[in-house]
Amino acid sequence: MVRLTRDTIDYHALTEQVRRPGCGAVVTFLGTVRDLTGERITVALDYEAYPEMALKKMAEIEADTRQRWPGGEVVLEHRLGHLEVGDVSVAVAVSAPHRGAAFDACRHAIDRLKELVPIWKKENWADGGTEWVHPGA
Amino acid sequence: MKILLFARARDLAGAAQLELALPPDATVAEVRRALALACPRLGPLLEKSALAVDGELADEETRVPAGAEVALLPPVSGG
Repeated sequence: MVRLTRDTIDYHALTEQVRRPGCGAVVTFLGTVRDLTGERITVALDYEAYPEMALKKMAEIEADTRQRWPGGEVVLEHRLGHLEVGDVSVAVAVSAPHRGAAFDACRHAIDRLKELVPIWKKENWADGGTEWVHPGA
Repeated sequence: MKILLFARARDLAGAAQLELALPPDATVAEVRRALALACPRLGPLLEKSALAVDGELADEETRVPAGAEVALLPPVSGG
């Protein structure tokens, strides 16, 4: 399951969603809005997506993760819109028979999401400035 | 040809999409050059951005079929 939402991410529900009798391990990753980047203070982030392609890429990441670490469930959810410090921007929940695979699969999924999915964040700095984050550009 | 713009590219261009005059089956490289001419304000961000055709990243030699959805994707920062 993959989703984009403008609402608060219910990560408890996502965690429950991947639980299975055959899976002894569940790993849930949460990405949250951090207050400090280098020396600059963030007060909020704005997230936007190219939604059709973002969902397609998230679905591909889900399928790829399932294929590499079979036997469990994978869910990915990303939040869009205006987020305050501490808000959860992304959640990845994975289950697997054993914990090694669960940790590896969850790490893989979030790493790929950050690499491939057309979503962008705009920093809202404490000094009132704003800046789209485009690594390398 | 309609090009969708996102994030800083949209801010620089002042529009969420641009209309370009291009021949059918133009290559992605030609689209990129046309974007640079039509919107010089995109500046160095254009070279650092990927182009997607119908939701797939495309290399410079890919030809854009008529009616395809083209998007300029600056470096991503999701998650």
